[in-house]
Amino acid sequence: MSNSKHIVILGNGIAGITCARNLRKQSDSVKITVISGESKYFFSRTALMYVFMGHMKFEHTQPYENWFWEKNRIDLKEGWVEKVDFQGKELHFQSGEKLAYDQLVLATGSQPNKFGWAGQDLKGVQGLYSKQDLELMEQNTASGVKNAVIVGGGLIGIEMAEMLAYKGISVTFLVRETGFWRNILPEEESELVGRHIQDHHMNLKLQTELEEIISDESGRVRAIRTNKGEEIPCQFVGLTAGVTPRIDFLKNTELQTNRGILVDSFFKTNIPDVFAIGDCAEFHEPPAPGRNKIQQVWYTGRMHGETLAHNLLNEPVPYKPGVWFNSAKFLDIEYQTYGFVPSDWSDQDYNSFYWEHDSGKVSFRMLTNVENVLIGVNNFGFRLRHEFFDHAIREKWTGTRVIENLEQANFDPEFFAPYIRGIQGAYAKEKGLNLKLKKRSFIQKLFSAKL
Amino acid sequence: MKLIQRLGIFFFLIGLIAFTAIPFFGEYQLSEDQMTSIVKDIHREEMRSILSPMFGKEYSSSFAFVGEYNDLMAGYNDVLKAESKWDQVIWDDYSFPLAKAAVISPIKDSPELFLFLSIGLAVFGGLLYILPKYKNEPTGIKNNGVFHSSMKNKGWLGMLTGSYLILFYVMLYWFPAYLVNLVWMVEPISLVLSGNPASQWFLYGLIYTLAILVMGIRMFRKYRGNRYQQIRTASVMFFQTAFAFLIPEILVLLNQPYFDFKNIWPLDYSFFYDYRIESLTQSGAIGMFMLVWGILLIIVGVPAFTYFYGKRWYCSWVCGCGGLAETVGDPYRQLSDKSVKSWKIERYLIHSVLVLAVVMTVLTIANYFSSFGLLGNVTNLLHSFYGFFIGSAFAGVVGTGFYPLMGNRVWCRFGCPLAAYLGLVQRFKSRFRITTNGGQCISCGNCSTYCEMGIDVRWYAQRGQNIVRSSCVGCGVCSAVCPRGVLKLENGPEEGRINDMPIIIGNDSIKVNA
Repeated sequence: MSNSKHIVILGNGIAGITCARNLRKQSDSVKITVISGESKYFFSRTALMYVFMGHMKFEHTQPYENWFWEKNRIDLKEGWVEKVDFQGKELHFQSGEKLAYDQLVLATGSQPNKFGWAGQDLKGVQGLYSKQDLELMEQNTASGVKNAVIVGGGLIGIEMAEMLAYKGISVTFLVRETGFWRNILPEEESELVGRHIQDHHMNLKLQTELEEIISDESGRVRAIRTNKGEEIPCQFVGLTAGVTPRIDFLKNTELQTNRGILVDSFFKTNIPDVFAIGDCAEFHEPPAPGRNKIQQVWYTGRMHGETLAHNLLNEPVPYKPGVWFNSAKFLDIEYQTYGFVPSDWSDQDYNSFYWEHDSGKVSFRMLTNVENVLIGVNNFGFRLRHEFFDHAIREKWTGTRVIENLEQANFDPEFFAPYIRGIQGAYAKEKGLNLKLKKRSFIQKLFSAKL
Repeated sequence: MKLIQRLGIFFFLIGLIAFTAIPFFGEYQLSEDQMTSIVKDIHREEMRSILSPMFGKEYSSSFAFVGEYNDLMAGYNDVLKAESKWDQVIWDDYSFPLAKAAVISPIKDSPELFLFLSIGLAVFGGLLYILPKYKNEPTGIKNNGVFHSSMKNKGWLGMLTGSYLILFYVMLYWFPAYLVNLVWMVEPISLVLSGNPASQWFLYGLIYTLAILVMGIRMFRKYRGNRYQQIRTASVMFFQTAFAFLIPEILVLLNQPYFDFKNIWPLDYSFFYDYRIESLTQSGAIGMFMLVWGILLIIVGVPAFTYFYGKRWYCSWVCGCGGLAETVGDPYRQLSDKSVKSWKIERYLIHSVLVLAVVMTVLTIANYFSSFGLLGNVTNLLHSFYGFFIGSAFAGVVGTGFYPLMGNRVWCRFGCPLAAYLGLVQRFKSRFRITTNGGQCISCGNCSTYCEMGIDVRWYAQRGQNIVRSSCVGCGVCSAVCPRGVLKLENGPEEGRINDMPIIIGNDSIKVNA
């Protein structure tokens, strides 16, 4: 394989940038160009909300200083690609410029779902994904917005709600399911988050869908109507019912696509020397049991990027994700998950142990199979150690062994309330066990918060 | 904003205005007797003739009084200097004690009233503003609007605050004679505590302690739900109030040497100066204990505690400078520069100060044991140089005055020689690290933004790498603001502390080193 080949990466999100960095790490000679129309420098998309709320400036969302790219000879090209000439191996920019490549990595990311609602393109109606979306949201909420409706109760929805609340805008959530993020979270967790949303004085309308968005005379949103016929006045509508691969300009070309760009487990598309990673890639087969064909998570984007970088310079290996993990924050409540915890399950397949703190803001769920082998955990309001669960799940620890050793998994700061103790006590009681637990130090007992 | 908070700001501003106006009150009239009781015996005769035009004369302001004093002294000294009669020059600056004695003002007559109107109202107003914060809101740390704030993001309010602080420090260190009214205001408290009249340093200590206490209460509010932050803040509040402020004053009351048991050389750069050593060695068993205690802290305390807990045991739990930075400075922590360039400057600067402090101290001790035969008065010059540039200008004026410009740890990061010493131990021989939680980092940047020491925490976290940095003071805010539960301050085995080849968990295809 020629090592002076020109690899062009279309998209500078976490997948594209991880790929570029790992390519340079492994090869001094390969020529790397990263293209983005959104922003010259890589930034962390997940942090856009913090810019809006004044926690950070936009420059703080950039994980690398600007000199980093030149020093590592990663060419940054600003511009929007209009068309790819796969035969001629050339990109055509909207500006009329062209750029030749030897290998092309498509990492174009996502865009917010719009399901053809009436009024979805009105002024004051938007999703939140890109830097431009953030700027638009700043404009849209600059003045005159008292009430907002958010359609879809997912992770971006809750972020948007927090952003709007920062501006003192009252928020109503329309959620199709019976609980918040109920298609992912089990009932108790979903309720826990729902309660917390209401503690923030946000209005949660469950099992409610958007029917239409109503305009005022100036073409700006005035209200929405739900499928139950209720009209809710609002001056801003957030569309956060998921995202979809951003591949419009690649549709109807020789590139095979479905919802996303179709790839095999080596990220190869149907066209030689063209690859796709991150949110825009759709695997022919799920990359692992229980995984979606399209993975739209920060962490998977990073893994795609590092694996493809390896494959472009070495003997290719198939993409093999390990134990699943994810995290999020719902207003003030942090959430982590390790392994597999579906939203619903049959008691014949799995045993669930669930503990919730009296405050109703902290919880722990452990799912084990019929042989009491650990399958996955959800934790809310306290922190658990990734390494511990990655290991315990791989090594097929029993539920009891996990609980007995749970202190090792504690990732809360020092002096926090010993939630682990509460979990262990509840587990022992439920199973009628006598657990051998390590004593807490005197200092911890004296100073730490009480359970 | 609630009405009560608006009232708080109102009272605070009244207090601040009163505090600023108080130095301008009153008249000055110096009598010969006052002068006699203040100046040293050896200067008495000369001073009597130098200052004779001033005795009994009324001055309408401190400027007129201090101005004439300075003119007269300069007139006397300049002649001697021109003739190179260095030993006859009066180097002592009597302007502060003379002005303090000479002032005639309502503040001197009723100090309690003015203390209440200035510092009292400021404290009261500050509490009124702070206590209702986040009321009826769910617990959780919110940095809402920090970068939209003029105060916290180098807007005009921040600039104004910085300028005020800088001005205050300049006056305090080099022109205290203009602040005598403020010192009179705290005289009764000083008399109760130590039995001695107040100096400008007592005034400073009192304000410093109150600032830490009030802003410490703000920390309790801001970081509610975060026990680590709260206990740490309680700790700096305690050490400032008891160890730095009350105990030294009470020691003086009991005829013991003034001693701050938690101040450690080389931050306490004058610890080995001859006059301090002599004061301790001449104070019997307690003085000897203090001397031994101070030395033990340097050679045993620092390495041992830092080995077990990292430098945080001192910098963000005990230290007075750290205490101010962590309370009064907390609103400015996001202003520290995170660039690699500033990290480079930091390393050159802080280690240079350490070397300077060590060299100065070694020379001082050598000189002391050779009965000043070795270098004579050169060490005095060195002391003045260090005291002026490092002790006053860097630690005070820049260290605190620059909070609203460069963040709250400018001194601790770029200048403090003790921080450098603690940092060397922390970097090379310690159980402390900030652990990164596997692959959970989303590179959002909250940790780096809110690191007061300018550490680019994210650089490590997004690689799954532990953070082991000499400058980390272990404030724990990176961990507190992380939205994904990625960072944890830990003391653990040295093995695996620095994971040079980290592996982000979750990808079974390949294993990538950062």
